[in-house]
Amino acid sequence: MTALNTLGLAEARDALRKGDVTSVELTDACLTEIEGAGTLNAFVHNTPDIARAQARAADARIKAGDAPAMCGLPIGIKDLFCTKGVPSQAGSRILEGFLPEYESTITQQLFSSGAVMLGKLNMDEFAMGSSNETSVYGNAVNPWKVDERKLTPGGSSGGSASAVAADLCLAATGTDTGGSIRQPAAFVGITGIKPTYGRCSRWGVVAFASSLDQAGPMTKSVRDAAIMLEAMCGHDPKDSTSADLAVPNFEAALTGDIKGKKIGIPREYRMDGMPEEIEALWTQGREMLADAGAEIVDISLPHTKYALPAYYVIAPAEASSNLARYDGVRYGHRATLTQGDGITEMYEKTRAEGFGAEVQRRVMIGTYVLSAGFYDAYYNRARKVRTLIKKDFEDVFAQGVDAILTPATPSAAFGLGEASDDPVQMYLNDVFTVTVNMAGLPGIAVPAGLDANGLPLGLQLIGRPWEEGDLLNTAYALEARAGFVAKPQKWW
Amino acid sequence: MSIDENTAARVAKLARIKVEPEHLPALAAEFNTILGFIEQLSEVDVDGVEPMTSVTPQRLKRRVDEVTDGAQQERVLANAPDAREGFFAVPKVVE
Repeated sequence: MTALNTLGLAEARDALRKGDVTSVELTDACLTEIEGAGTLNAFVHNTPDIARAQARAADARIKAGDAPAMCGLPIGIKDLFCTKGVPSQAGSRILEGFLPEYESTITQQLFSSGAVMLGKLNMDEFAMGSSNETSVYGNAVNPWKVDERKLTPGGSSGGSASAVAADLCLAATGTDTGGSIRQPAAFVGITGIKPTYGRCSRWGVVAFASSLDQAGPMTKSVRDAAIMLEAMCGHDPKDSTSADLAVPNFEAALTGDIKGKKIGIPREYRMDGMPEEIEALWTQGREMLADAGAEIVDISLPHTKYALPAYYVIAPAEASSNLARYDGVRYGHRATLTQGDGITEMYEKTRAEGFGAEVQRRVMIGTYVLSAGFYDAYYNRARKVRTLIKKDFEDVFAQGVDAILTPATPSAAFGLGEASDDPVQMYLNDVFTVTVNMAGLPGIAVPAGLDANGLPLGLQLIGRPWEEGDLLNTAYALEARAGFVAKPQKWW
Repeated sequence: MSIDENTAARVAKLARIKVEPEHLPALAAEFNTILGFIEQLSEVDVDGVEPMTSVTPQRLKRRVDEVTDGAQQERVLANAPDAREGFFAVPKVVE
């Protein structure tokens, strides 16, 4: 029999309902795998007691004939989600010792749906990073390895990506502000979807840039993504930007039939210096969708080039406001003060000790672009550019385009420590994904091939707002044709 | 627009992050790299374009103005680095 931890959500769900396996067995298989995978540094707070108790409860529910979508399925939770009584640090020193008194809406929905929490997952500090190298817990490591180097699993949801690809859990939650679900998913050969802004409640998810942040699932297949996304979505009165819309049955949308769908190929995503392998993969993806009966059309999204610079105004501006709450008064770290220190010294020392270098950099950039005299030149200009970026997408959707195909990342996973010197170079990782957050659209990364070294590469599909079902179905057709089955060889 | 050490120090002060004077030159250089990247935005013609306020066109929901939560003093204070007698404790603010 297949090792239980290697199952996906759909297979495990079906086996549980048939009585072939119990949630306790699935959970124990994952907990054992996690024990042996310390080198990957994916799980940073293990919760075996909670997991076993939830698994026993799930088994009882299944026995009683009450088995909701996620019932009995062991998953990992990104450290950004507040989980009651369990460390929730957002990968930061400043939240050391913080034990939330409440449960985030998304984790609550997953638990109500029967999911089992194995533990909390590593991530870049406050989700600011593309390589999981800014975490207070140290680097998460990619289970894929082609030489002596340790590779990044991407970021910011690096622990989630590493854990799912290494079969430490069946699936994981991620969050995506500029590409933080899709880039790591592509780097480790799994599926990750960021839904339309407003689909998933942000309540209880530590805020980075509130107008861009969205949570989503990171899974072993498109079907798994559909199952878990549905359990995560829904209106929440506690998040004023949460959309009061019915959540469709996403799994039922997976027919694989995309005949007559119009897929746009944006010419502006062909970047100078893009590796040939990425270009070739993109062409293959286009052929796969054409083979499935879709109509492929060339499109233009003229403001693409400005998405990343506009993001690096808007996201730090929002971060500087959101992170003002870490003042050493209400929760988390407070610096030790010396004689004569007043409240200002307390703030300044606490924040200097508690925030890492990248977070400090972004908070200060955000402070600068919002400061008197620069607000119009930077912040307002970036918000106007954002309007234009969104309009680019509206224009192509108005021309009848159903989805847009792009590469997910400009390269395969790189070595840890290879790109951390130059912040702007690191920001370029999100060049294909950030437009989607700026426009509030759903986007999904699907593993589609391997590069010459044998590392996974992903393609991204971008959908119309609120049409995640249709987007997942297109991804399902792409997945079937790409036939990506490669797995990392276990070395950890 | 080039950021000098004085501006870097002013931004650090506004952000309430202590930066040692010897680190200010490196910080100013990093700001300049990032702002140089952001500078591309000045090429875009934004005349007559509305700045985005909400990415999804939706009206914020309203509810009746009434108390729906509260009386959770202990839980509110549970994570405080220093809480005394039902309050958050901080260094002296007013002389």
